[in-house]
Formats: sequence, structure tokens, C-alpha cells
Amino acid sequence: MLYALCFLLFMIGLYCAVTKKNMVKIVIGIMVMEYAVNLFLIMLGYRMGGVAPIIGRSDLESGLGDFLSKSVDPLPQALVLTAIVISLGSLALMISICIRMYEKYGTFDITQIRRLKG
Amino acid sequence: MSVPLPVFVAIPLVTAFLLPVFAKRGKAVATVLANLATISLLVLAIGSIGQSRVYEVGKWSIPLGINLVLDGLSSLLLLAISVVSAAAMLFSVRYMEQYTAKAKYLSLFLLMVAGMNGVALSGDIFNLFVFLEIASLASYALVGFGCGHEELEASFKYMVLGTIGSIFILFAVALVYGNTGSLNMAYISESIQNSGLNPGLAFALALFVVGFGLKAALVPFHAWLPDAHPSAPAPISAMLSGVLIKTLGVYALARVVFNIFGISLATGWLLLTLGILGMVAGAFLAIGQWDFKRLLAYSSISQVGYVMLGIGLGGLIIAREGNLAWASLAILGGLFHLLNHAVYKSLLFLTSGSVQMSTGTRELREMGGLAEKLPVTRATCTVASAAIAGIPPFSGFWSKLILVVAAIQAGYYWVAAIIVFVSLCTLIMYLKVQRYVFLGELPENLREIKENRGSMLVAMVFLACLCVLMGLLLTPCLRSSILDPAVKVLVDGVAYSANVIRM
Amino acid sequence: MKGMTIIVKTISSWVKVLIFLFGIYIILFGHLTPGGGFAGGVILASSYVLLMLAFGREFAEENLSLPVASKLDCVGALLFAAVALCGLLYGAADFFWNFIHQKYLMGTDYEFNLVSAGTIPLSNIAIGLKVGASLFLVVLALSIFRPEISGNKEE
Repeated sequence: MLYALCFLLFMIGLYCAVTKKNMVKIVIGIMVMEYAVNLFLIMLGYRMGGVAPIIGRSDLESGLGDFLSKSVDPLPQALVLTAIVISLGSLALMISICIRMYEKYGTFDITQIRRLKG
Repeated sequence: MSVPLPVFVAIPLVTAFLLPVFAKRGKAVATVLANLATISLLVLAIGSIGQSRVYEVGKWSIPLGINLVLDGLSSLLLLAISVVSAAAMLFSVRYMEQYTAKAKYLSLFLLMVAGMNGVALSGDIFNLFVFLEIASLASYALVGFGCGHEELEASFKYMVLGTIGSIFILFAVALVYGNTGSLNMAYISESIQNSGLNPGLAFALALFVVGFGLKAALVPFHAWLPDAHPSAPAPISAMLSGVLIKTLGVYALARVVFNIFGISLATGWLLLTLGILGMVAGAFLAIGQWDFKRLLAYSSISQVGYVMLGIGLGGLIIAREGNLAWASLAILGGLFHLLNHAVYKSLLFLTSGSVQMSTGTRELREMGGLAEKLPVTRATCTVASAAIAGIPPFSGFWSKLILVVAAIQAGYYWVAAIIVFVSLCTLIMYLKVQRYVFLGELPENLREIKENRGSMLVAMVFLACLCVLMGLLLTPCLRSSILDPAVKVLVDGVAYSANVIRM
Repeated sequence: MKGMTIIVKTISSWVKVLIFLFGIYIILFGHLTPGGGFAGGVILASSYVLLMLAFGREFAEENLSLPVASKLDCVGALLFAAVALCGLLYGAADFFWNFIHQKYLMGTDYEFNLVSAGTIPLSNIAIGLKVGASLFLVVLALSIFRPEISGNKEE
């Protein structure tokens, strides 16, 4: 059920990236899609009533079985950290291209930026 | 020699971060270092032909850690990447004098090479995604390098479509992880064979095809390529067209479909159809172009269609339980064409860069009669055009012949007819290039141009010699060491997991 | 790019030091509590971005100029590569092998302290340095706006 909402967010982002005409709105649509995928990844590792996957000294001394049966999966969290870094780099590049294009064309509208045809 | 596998990724990465230290004072030192890096990668790639091993990073064993896998297909791609990047780096020593900020260009170029090597070697599907993103981000920045109007527009289009493709790939990786519980390609493959395809995994496969198709410019998703490749500087166009779309797109798609999910009838027909669409659409759209590099870009779409057709045909024959010899032959044709096209298309883009540097234009109607002014460029361009159009002694003819023979033997006569027809179209478009650029009359404003000198000529002559010698790859000793292991990896399909876990 | 009012300038010149210190804490304790190299690096960069917003771009550029930030960026990446390479050279081991933990700090007494978990704090420091310098460079570069066309439109 929650996964369907996540997919709905992904579709909203895709719709925004595909149909909007302002460059910055296209970039925002792509960012919404990235958030949806990161959210999906984190939700994959969730366990109902789980604890954060940080081991303390008392957990180590009392044996790890209790901890392992209650903790949330930490691997998707590491994946999401990497994916957030990548999307940050890609966002920085996209915004800088938008700014340079504004300097050259004077507009953010992509229907007026059509020198390459054919 | 047996170098640890991360060296292929570490050498370009460390050099890329070492170069900005020499920013203003030592530009010559920076260029020499960068060329040293690509040439050493070429030597290492040649030295690792025919080996196959698994390297576990940090000595963490496989389900817990990340591994790097070198098998036949990876070593074929490493060879292609290192040859094209060495030539393009040599060419850009002289070509990039037209642009400022050369040290940043060299860093970005080396980052792109590091990313591509990582994609070719990775044994873990999230690691493949990370390296794919590194290479893609470096290439978005490089396409818009000279910040003119057209470069920025092309870079923005490329970037939006490429990022959407990467998000689809990440979503598919998330679905695969959720359904199988592991990220290592060997373990995923084992788990899928044991449990079969549920709807989540089928959706993941569809997302992979769309995502990698966007990276490889297969036909419904090719819209960025005719804008991005002409606007990039010529050595970058050579790298993009020659190796980037094949490593990030075709190799990754083949690895996921053949080795992880296992080929089935539906996927085989899908790949075959995508290949045919690409071939035909690319060829038709290319003949009407009047911009030199745009014509070459559409021709790239068409030739990547050939590679997908070879791989898809082989997969279809395997899924249909047909004769495995014909499947191997079809995949051999596809992979040989991948290697050939990497060499020819990069040579063609380099010659177009040389023509552009001498004449200052890319329009075919404004050029003509450059044959006596640019003799070396003309000779290498003719060699590359003859090879890609499929004229007999060159190796383009052999790879297309192998594809036609495989199609006929498998009983798909219409596929063979389409291949022959598209080869004719390819011949027409390259005759057009030759006639308009090199033959004909020299226009008034181009009477004083001179041939380019130095490293650009060395790079072009090196690739031209390779074009001529590539036909020799089909001789039994070279074929069995370079091409046959690659074919075997794809034909074996899901036995990949057993091989990796055992090693 | 102008700065802000005097209230903002005074407060931010006190607060930026605390933010910087907090960023260093997140980096150094990355192997014990959530955070680590990337999150700490972002916090470091945001202390300099606060400086830029409050005082204007030129002041921030004097404080940490473009070439220095670029060099710090490369030093961070090369430090990370050096840590990975030391794992290779130390004995017959691999890239990224945790060589400190295996040799010097075996034993149960050393878990959960600051000095534990081998090479992971070193990698965290390198990544924090790199990410902080990179993000500051990105924001600095984006704030250079050369209005070729929009300058004409305002007339």
C-alpha cells in the first residue's frame, strides 16, 4: 500500500519532467523522481516496530540475536546515502547549465531554445 | 601479468585528481601525465586478454563484500575502451588548444574513463549503477564544454534524458534488491533461477531495458544523441559514440538480461526488435543530413542497432532451444561489430574534428575538394568509411557477413534482408560524405587551409592502421583469445553465477 | 552580492564557528553514530555558505578562495586514494583493507571508542574534507552570474 503511494510520487515527478516548459520545473520534476526512488529504497528495509541499526555496548554483550531480530535493514540506508550524493552532483550540474543558458538566451522556456533541429 | 583489478579504475581516478594541482603553471606536465595514464591503461588491458578472475575488494568475501569480475566480455570491453581513449587523448593534445580550461577537460575525461572501466569490471549491481553515474556525469559536463549556445542546449537535453534513465535504473535495482535480498550479480542470478520471475522482477526487467536503452540510444529513446554528439568537442564525440553508449548501454543490458535474468522468448524478441528499429531509423534519418557530425551521430544509432540485433538474435535462438552454434555465431557477429564500430566511428569523428579545425565549419554544402589540402585526413577518412560501409577486405564486411549468415541459418530470412538493405543505406551515406567533403571543387574561402600536424595525425593514423588490421581478428588464434571467451559468457547465460561463486 | 543587516552579520559570525565544530564532530564520530564523511562535509560547507549569505560573496571568497578550495578538494580525494592504496601495500592485502584494525587494535577493549574501527575514521576525514570543499566551490561558482542579456532587458 505504501509502495503504491511511492510509485504515485514517482509518476508525478515523471509527469512534471515530461510536460513542463520551464527548465527549472523540469529539474524539479527530476528531483521529485529521485526522492521517490530514495523513499522506495528506504521503505524496502523497514521492519514494523524496528529499532535503528546502531549497535551499542550492551547489545554486544548480551548477544546479537535480539538486536538482529528487531533492527531495520541498514543496507538500503547505505545505498540511499550514495544515491543522494549522486543526485546532488547531478542537480548542481543541471542548475549550472540552466543558469548559463539563461545568460545566453535570456529565457527559461525550452520551446524558445531550439537552435538544433533536424 | 596479473594486476589487481581495481588498478583499472584507480589509475584514471588518481590521475584525474592529481591534474588540477598543476593548473596554471604546468599545463604541459598535466597533458603528459594524462597521456601516460591512458597509454598505461592500454598496456594493462592488452595484458589482461584471456584471463578471468574475481577480485574481492577489502578481502570481504562475496555476499558481504563487493567484487570485481574480469571475464571474456569485460576484457573485450576494456580493450575497446582503452584503445579509443588512448587515441582520443592523443588527439585532444592539439585539438583542445581551441578551448580554455584544459586541465579541467583532462580531469573530466579521465573520470569518464574511470567510470567506464568500473562499469565493465563490476560484479555488483549497485556498484555498476555508481560507476555508470560517474561516467554519465562526466560526459554531461564534457558535452557542454565550450559554453556556446548549441553546446548548452545539447548538454541540457542529454542531461535530462540521461538522468531520467539513471533514475529508472536505480528504481529497477531497488526492485531487484527487494525481491531477492542481495546485490551481488551472481547471487541475484542464483536466486532468480531458483524462484522464477514474479511481477516485481518482470517490472524491474522492463525498467532496466528502458533505462539502459536511454543510455545506449536505442530507437524510441534516441532523441538526445543527434544533438549531443555533434555539439561535443571532437575527441569527446569519438569517446561518446565509440565506447560510452556501448559500455553503459549495450554491455550493461546484455549483462543484466543474459547473465542475471536469463534470456527468454519475450526478451529475445524485444532486443531483436529494438535492434531492427534502430538500424532502419538511424540509416534513413542519416541520409538526409547536411551536417557532417550529425550524419555520423545518426549513423551511430544505426550501427548500435546492428550490435543489438546480433545479441538479440543470439538470445532468441538460445531461448527457442535452437542450434547453439548459430546462436554463438550471431553473438560473435554482434560483439565483433561492437569492437569494429568503436574503432571506425571514433576515427570518423576524429577526422571530422580535424576537418572542422582546419575549415571552421561542419556543413557539408560549404566544403568540397579538400582532398589535396588535407591528405592524411582524407586517407584515414576513406579507410574508415570503406570499413564501416562494409567493403570486402576491411573487417566491417566480415562482421556484417557473420550476422547475415547467422540470420539465414536460423531461418529468419527477413532479418537478413533488412541487414543487407541497411548496409546499402550505410554505403550511400558514406559516399555522400566522401563526395561532399573531399571530392568536388574547393570553395573560395578555403584556399589557404593547411593540414593539421602533430599528435592529431598520430592518433588518426594509429586508428586507421587498427581498422585495416582488425580483419585479422577473425584468424583462429586471435579469435579464440579475444572474441570467443566473450561469446561464451553470453551464451552460457546464467552459468555466470556458478562460475563467479566458484572462483 | 551584498550582505545582510547588522543583526544577521553579528549572530552569524558567532554561529558559524559552532556549525563548523558540529560538522567536525559528525565526521570524527562517523563510525559510532549516524553521519560520517558525507553528512559532516555538507555541514562544513554550510558554515561557509552561511558566511557567504550573511556577508556577501567577496568576503567569503577572501576567506576561502577558489584556488585554495580546489586544492583542498584534490587533497581530500588523494588522501582517500592513499588510504585505499596503503591497504594494498601493507602486506599481501587488498585495496581498502582495514589494515590498522587488524594489526594494532585487536581485542575487545577497543570497541566503541573514538580510536577504533581501523581506517574508517581516516576515510571519513578525507571524504568530509572533499565534500565540504566541493560543495562550497559549487555554491561559489553558481553565484557568479554574468548578465549578458538580462542587463539589456532591464533598461
